[in-house]
Amino acid sequence: MIEAEFRGQLGSFALAAEFTAPGEGITALFGPSGCGKTTVLRAIAGLLRLPASRLSVNGETWQDGRQFRPTHRRAIGYVFQEASLFPHLSVRANLTFGLSRVKGPIRIGEDEVADLLGIAPLFDRPTRMLSGGERQRVAIGRALLSQPELLLMDEPLSALDRFSKDEILPYLERLHAALSIPVLYVSHDIAEVERLADTLVLMETGRVRAAGPLAEMLADPALPLIHMPQPAAVIDGEVVGRDTKYGLSEVRVPGGVVVVPGDLGPTGRTRRLRIPASDVSLGRHAPLDTTILNALPARIEGAEPAGGHQMTVRLRLGPDGRGAALLARVSLKSWDRLALKPGELVVARLKAVALAEPAPSAALAPPAAAARLR
Amino acid sequence: MTASPLFDAAMIETILLTLRLAGITTVVLLLVGTPLAWWLARGGGLWKEIVATVVALPIVLPPTVLGFYLLIAMGPHSPLTALLGRQLSFTFTGLVLGSVIYSLPFVVNPIRNAFEAMGPRPMEAAATLRAAPLDAFVSVALPLASPGIMTGAILGFAHTVGEFGVVLMIGGGIPGRTKVLSVTIFDYVETLQWPKAHVLAGGMLAMSFVVILAMMLIERRLNGGRR
Repeated sequence: MIEAEFRGQLGSFALAAEFTAPGEGITALFGPSGCGKTTVLRAIAGLLRLPASRLSVNGETWQDGRQFRPTHRRAIGYVFQEASLFPHLSVRANLTFGLSRVKGPIRIGEDEVADLLGIAPLFDRPTRMLSGGERQRVAIGRALLSQPELLLMDEPLSALDRFSKDEILPYLERLHAALSIPVLYVSHDIAEVERLADTLVLMETGRVRAAGPLAEMLADPALPLIHMPQPAAVIDGEVVGRDTKYGLSEVRVPGGVVVVPGDLGPTGRTRRLRIPASDVSLGRHAPLDTTILNALPARIEGAEPAGGHQMTVRLRLGPDGRGAALLARVSLKSWDRLALKPGELVVARLKAVALAEPAPSAALAPPAAAARLR
Repeated sequence: MTASPLFDAAMIETILLTLRLAGITTVVLLLVGTPLAWWLARGGGLWKEIVATVVALPIVLPPTVLGFYLLIAMGPHSPLTALLGRQLSFTFTGLVLGSVIYSLPFVVNPIRNAFEAMGPRPMEAAATLRAAPLDAFVSVALPLASPGIMTGAILGFAHTVGEFGVVLMIGGGIPGRTKVLSVTIFDYVETLQWPKAHVLAGGMLAMSFVVILAMMLIERRLNGGRR
């Protein structure tokens, strides 16, 4: 559990950010450029000293009005926007820079990190011979090897091109699955957040607007996320079956079972689905003859005008309306014609369901040794 | 006038004394200049600008002006002499002190530039990787600034070998104690021993060429190799 409260005046920018984040999973600090996300992350690392602030991590006070623990005595790993490797050291020496200075027990070793990030072949290269994506993977490995209790990532993908981003994202997802260190992840890219985050801290001009589970926040009518041009629901589910003849997988989500194209791995595996609101249509009855695979009962919670004569309808899966949050983009005309109202039971037809992450490639088999911290 | 050999014991003594002075001065310059350059490189403030200006003064001051004040500071009635209990003027130690002050800007500037070019990020990264400030300075800042430190050391050494005005003012020209190369060349010319002056002057010219060439090569490595 991370409890943070940062206050301070930085030039003309006033910061007053207060939030708590769970002691596990990825918490995204999300907001437009200049809202103070990086400032908060730097304050958590102790790189920026804000006097009237509090921070405690897993019950340990790192700073309050009286005390301030300097950066080198905070058990953090920090991944900067640019990899910031030490150019005078080899890849291996960069990786072990933090590790060799750790005084406590070693919970994650070089082999595990090399395995998780696929960086073993890079060990003996000079850092200037690495590509952008490789540099960032080494930087993440270096941070992990310093045995952090909290991993801080400041837009680690934003300095990379599209190709390198796609190279790194699967590794981040692997870390998420294999490690139990809490991660604070700064981003202004909602696509990254939808793929990676469990918890969302939404920031606006130096303040925290709201914080909570990602899936709930995406569908919250009081927050701006639902009013984005392409709103989507993110639902975590468990693989419960496979249909090899048709190449389909069944995923149980709160309030129903969704059929997803492709092999999503063995039964029991957790996968994240992303369902764009524009791929969901609504009807009063189950379709009789249709090419759509998924038609699930859901209850209407409410609807927001989306501009351009469209409505964004908020739904909960399941006949009792207690399942996962779902969004549907329908035309104003359909909304009025069907005379749908909050509380009503409808059938949500999902035109397309995709994994939030791409299917695992052969090159990226699950980690041989899943590293478990703590 | 009788012909004397091109090399004699006095000349060798002068060369060795000059090298000893430049060597000791360079070591002191690095020990004093590196922390000073680090302090100047981090952050601003009027205080730092004032200190930086004082450090830079020897670049523009006529050496005789600096030498004059140093002579007074090291003279029999100065507070420094009272503090030390002995007079530093016309001694080797006095020459080292004067040379350090005279050459300080030539050492501090390249090192300060190297620290500034490094930016704050490497030290921040080191801190997030558990390195305490002194540890980070030694294991990250110093290696990254090493081309600048190298340049500073070479400049400081060469500048000390070449100084004339300050040494003459505070050292006089006592053979074996304060009579360095540049003073000796002056003496040779005054006494019309031109062949000997040629030997020393030519040697200085060659050394200066090598020094500048070495610095250019270091700089090229700095710009080309690291990113």
